[in-house]
Amino acid sequence: MRIRSNAARVVFDRVTKAFGPVVAVNAVSFEIEPGTLVTLLGPSGCGKTTTLRMIAGLEMATGGRILIGDQDVTQLPATDRDVSMVFQSYALFPHMTVGENVAYGLTMSGFDKNEVRERAEEGLRLVGLAGYGKRLPSELSGGQQQRVAVARALVLEPAVMLFDEPLSNLDAKLRRRVREDIRELQQKLGLTSVYVTHDQEEALAVSDRIIVMRNAEIAQQGSPRDLYEAPADNFVADFIGDANLVEAEIDAVEDGEALVRIGAVQRRLPARGLGPGVVKVAIRPEAIRIARNGAAGAFVADVLKATYLGSHMEYTLATPLGEVFVVDPDIDRPAEAGDRVTVDLARRGVTLVRG
Amino acid sequence: MVNRTVALWLAVGLVGFAVLPWYGIEYGFWNFEWLFEGYPRDSDSAPAVVQVFLGGKPWLAPLALALLAPLAVLRRRKSDPLFARVLLLAGGGGLAYLLVQAFAIGLGGWQFGFLEALFGPLETRQFGLGYGALLVSAAFLFYFTQGLAARGAVKGDVFVVGSIGAIVALVGVFVFFPVLTILASAVRDGEGAFAPAAFLLRLMDHRIWGVDCLVGAYSCGVAWNSLLLAILTGVSTTVLGLAFALIATRTDFRLKRSLRVLTVLPIITPPFVIGLAVILLFGRAGAVTQFLEVTFDIPASRWIYGLPGIWFAQTLAFAPISFLVMIGVVEGVSPSMEEAALTLRADAWKAFTTVSLPLMRPGIANAFLLGFIESLADFGNPLVLGGRYSVLSTEIFFAIVGSQYDQGRAAMLALILLAFTLGAFYAQRRWVGKKSYTTVTGKGDSGLFAPLPKLVRFGAYGLALPWAGLTAVIYVMIMFGGFVQTWGHDHSFTLRHYIDAFAVTRGDFGLVWSGAAWNSFWTTLTIATIAAPLTAALGLLTAYLLARQRFAGRSSFEFGTMLSFAIPGTVIGISYILAFNVPPIELTGTGIILVICFVFRNMPVGVRAGVAAMSQLDQSLDEASLTLGANTFATVRRVILPLLRPAIVAALVFSFVRAITAISAVIFLVSANYDMATSYIIGRVENGDYGLAIAYSSVLVLVMMAAIGVVQLVVGKRRIGRRSLTERNAAAVVGEAV
Repeated sequence: MRIRSNAARVVFDRVTKAFGPVVAVNAVSFEIEPGTLVTLLGPSGCGKTTTLRMIAGLEMATGGRILIGDQDVTQLPATDRDVSMVFQSYALFPHMTVGENVAYGLTMSGFDKNEVRERAEEGLRLVGLAGYGKRLPSELSGGQQQRVAVARALVLEPAVMLFDEPLSNLDAKLRRRVREDIRELQQKLGLTSVYVTHDQEEALAVSDRIIVMRNAEIAQQGSPRDLYEAPADNFVADFIGDANLVEAEIDAVEDGEALVRIGAVQRRLPARGLGPGVVKVAIRPEAIRIARNGAAGAFVADVLKATYLGSHMEYTLATPLGEVFVVDPDIDRPAEAGDRVTVDLARRGVTLVRG
Repeated sequence: MVNRTVALWLAVGLVGFAVLPWYGIEYGFWNFEWLFEGYPRDSDSAPAVVQVFLGGKPWLAPLALALLAPLAVLRRRKSDPLFARVLLLAGGGGLAYLLVQAFAIGLGGWQFGFLEALFGPLETRQFGLGYGALLVSAAFLFYFTQGLAARGAVKGDVFVVGSIGAIVALVGVFVFFPVLTILASAVRDGEGAFAPAAFLLRLMDHRIWGVDCLVGAYSCGVAWNSLLLAILTGVSTTVLGLAFALIATRTDFRLKRSLRVLTVLPIITPPFVIGLAVILLFGRAGAVTQFLEVTFDIPASRWIYGLPGIWFAQTLAFAPISFLVMIGVVEGVSPSMEEAALTLRADAWKAFTTVSLPLMRPGIANAFLLGFIESLADFGNPLVLGGRYSVLSTEIFFAIVGSQYDQGRAAMLALILLAFTLGAFYAQRRWVGKKSYTTVTGKGDSGLFAPLPKLVRFGAYGLALPWAGLTAVIYVMIMFGGFVQTWGHDHSFTLRHYIDAFAVTRGDFGLVWSGAAWNSFWTTLTIATIAAPLTAALGLLTAYLLARQRFAGRSSFEFGTMLSFAIPGTVIGISYILAFNVPPIELTGTGIILVICFVFRNMPVGVRAGVAAMSQLDQSLDEASLTLGANTFATVRRVILPLLRPAIVAALVFSFVRAITAISAVIFLVSANYDMATSYIIGRVENGDYGLAIAYSSVLVLVMMAAIGVVQLVVGKRRIGRRSLTERNAAAVVGEAV
């Protein structure tokens, strides 16, 4: 008995969901390729969970079309969709054993008894819980419960697997482990997966693609690297990783390259469709370097705060561009609050963004 | 692909139309003698199709049309707009037509003059609706809900829309229709004609609103009597409840656990039994009265009959309910609130009076209103102890069964009583319901309750302990009173009352249940046993819809299903008599009307218990089940119901016990064939046969204790591992629900 995947494409075509006058998802369109893991990322209330629940059929779209595979499922209730879901609260049935939980969907789908048993066992083996079938969910740890929930969803070989903030009830250490397990399983089985989280680090770690949502709409979508290195606007720049937003001026644009003045520094950056004038530049905290050995820097800055964090230092600096937040890997020669330092901008981690 | 649900209801409807008798059978719902008495040609038992052709009732024919209409769309897809339209039209139209013809043509032919003028007089007449009509109405109803579901109502869920439709229909027929009938009777004169003047006359009746007791020697109107009694009872039960609650939660009193037992007692005691015991203690021949007469030469009097007696008995009966409410309130005030006050230099007395007591204020108001409402609705104690002090609930009874026989007056009194209780409920919801000062949150609170200030502690002990002692004495009396010859005169031991009531003798054909009580005893048990599971099922289904589904009109739906809780039993009783005595729904004198009465009266408690239990179940459990391919029905059956066992126990126990202890509605609805235990006992009390009444009551209390045990055993405990949620017993769940 092997559990395979029936990975299918998911298409959202101008899908809208309104709760009375409140629009939770506003004419959102995207496509998810079979076998990939796509994350819906955004602050709370941005519509990401509603989007996920519309894929599941737990909420019905009030406009637009949803396709899974080639089938239009817009009007289909959850029961009839080939989708399974892993819940934030695990949602394991507390009155059934682990084995009964995993077998539940199989029984409901009308498999015969032997096959239900075999598949359930295989599912538990896949998540590393073979032999736990007789226990009650309450007798397992949080991480184990989450893996049972994954197994329960997996054994149905769904066209799409949905994860609704699956790690938010786990402690920080465990979160990394389970997230790696989920990613490994997803890649091994080639599952089409949609993953909701508000944790940008988690999103960067597990995703093939990330869809960032804001106020019921898509702010930007792309690979983790696209989003980190070329955020579309200051919202995305700030949401994925930290960013210092400073004012700059474009002097000229040639061949899609802009000549940008950031304070006293001149840079050539991809213009990203912007013309000459005052613009914003997002600078990653690690792109601001504190100059050592008296090397000439670009700015002079005053250290306002310095915090030792073991693996790195964090500084708040007052510069001619404004206050900036800086991460510096050099812990051997820390600056102290009140020092005056010179700083420089790195090659990477500096991008033009739309206001 | 044939739509199987539509096909099923089509078949049900056809059976109802063409096979089963259309009209109600005279001998009763479960009597099948009609099968051998001329069926299907006899006009009493003929199905509708025969009635159309042979019975001279052509107006039934259009029903067939509506019934068969869905055949046209049987093979269409649900998403086809025509499918929904045909079902909506056939179901809605069919149901409307069925009701219109049933109300328009009754026992005396046309029911309305203008119809007779229009169509000419009618030779034939119609009886109440029977099996056939029941099935056909159900078919129409579910056509309609399937049409709604096909149009996308409640995510297109056929099961959910169907359930909502069924509950709306049932509540409409068995709660709203009777209440409207009362309203209608109040505005009609003796001949049944519309007479607003009669309505005003009745409303302004001196016997209701008179204030002679303030200025003259006569007694006040019943409305004032009821209000005064309700306020007194509300205050006394609240004070006692608070005292008990403080002792139970904030002191190290050793007998705390036995205090909790007090809370179960009123649930399993028929309300008037307390009144009975009070007579045995303080009546003219009562133990205390005689003791006082012999020792202190205080002459025996009838002071207990009237306001003091009723107030006393009601306080005894309802204080435990207030205790249940107040325990939650006292525990709801976080200990760290008082600790904070103590660290801010308040002493124990100040901390209690300036922090804890104000935080309990909404809870106290709540307990008062509950006592107020219970007192208004109480029927048994005023009946037994009232003497010449009359209150609304008993006046209604005497207006209809006494020599006055005045339907209009009874309806008017019922309306006033209804207005009082609904007003109190409204006040409770509006004013208290929203205000919550509960300061205990989900977060761990490590504070410990500070000891109560001395004054409060001794006050609480001083009030509560004598009262608890009195309650204990009362229950001892109830158990003991059945074993003496004649209370107050001959206190020698006897089993006579038990033998009179429950004798079993050996006759020629085996055992003979010759005791006088057996008849009503078995009827009561049977009816309670039938009603309990129905109540629980309906209540929990409603709870599921309320807690888990979003649909248009959800709050009016909730109001409708909770309404019967606010209606006093006497009002329900009279409304059922007025509504179900004539076609189209003829139920008086049957056992069914008792079952229906219990189901709709007690359903709100099932709803409350279910909603409370379901709000502890994470919604994602249902959603997980749905995404795993189970439909709504399977989800309810396999995931929700098993997790709701405590609520099921609570609903079953409560409705069973209530069906046994209820008196106010029952006394209107019993008949020679279906006499209930409580109305039989009241009958004995009125004849002065206290011995048998007390003996019977104590047997009932024991039976109910046993029943609670059996239900808990059968339904069992919810097995969800080490941290089980089932440790709270059923009584506690009922308490929360109330």
